[in-house]
Amino acid sequence: MPERKSSGRSQERSGRREGPGGPGRKQYFRRKKVCKFCTEKIDVIDFKDTRLLGQFVSERGKILPRRLTGTCSPHQHVLTAAIKRARNIALLPFALES
Amino acid sequence: MRRYEVIFIIRPDAGEEETAKIITQMEGVVTGAGGKIEKVERVGRRRLAYRVSRYWEGFYVLFAFEGTGDTVKEFERRLKVADPVIKFLSVRVDEDQKRAAKFKAFRAKQEARRPKSRPPAPPPAPAAAPATPEATQG
Repeated sequence: MPERKSSGRSQERSGRREGPGGPGRKQYFRRKKVCKFCTEKIDVIDFKDTRLLGQFVSERGKILPRRLTGTCSPHQHVLTAAIKRARNIALLPFALES
Repeated sequence: MRRYEVIFIIRPDAGEEETAKIITQMEGVVTGAGGKIEKVERVGRRRLAYRVSRYWEGFYVLFAFEGTGDTVKEFERRLKVADPVIKFLSVRVDEDQKRAAKFKAFRAKQEARRPKSRPPAPPPAPAAAPATPEATQG
């Protein structure tokens, strides 16, 4: 997860350097992030699916923001609720020290 | 009637018959209140993500049933009283399922309306792969 996070940030930064009008054409192709739940047609995000939810949680157990994961707004809402439920029943941590 | 899912954790040092006793008791609570049990699943022993009443492990049990709010109330009261149960969570699932069914129907309708006007979306698997080498460089 850390490499993905940092790559997202660097991409954003260089995208901004291009100025307005979207990502520059020459430097490198900036991939548009897509919502995992939309593309894979996952309608119900189950709080018991730890392996799925774990992809949207940082190493410390924080919920990753949409700008890093590319999740769409409605799905991020449902996802957050699912993660919080999973935390409640000790499937996911509230916080991890590291 | 609404559909609920209740998941609870039994402490790891509870015996097999103690677990079985709680499960049958809870089945009785649901059926006694006029509910219908859909699924009883022993998810099994799992490591807890944090310490719950001095235990780092627990035995998860999942109930899925149809019932009213009073059924859940009684169910939760019993779980609170039961000694080996260290944590529980009840979730109402019928509305989520209804919404999911609606999405599914909508998608089916869209497919039917314009078949093959656009190729299906490529699998999302390669999306994450090219990002990693850049990160290692920077």
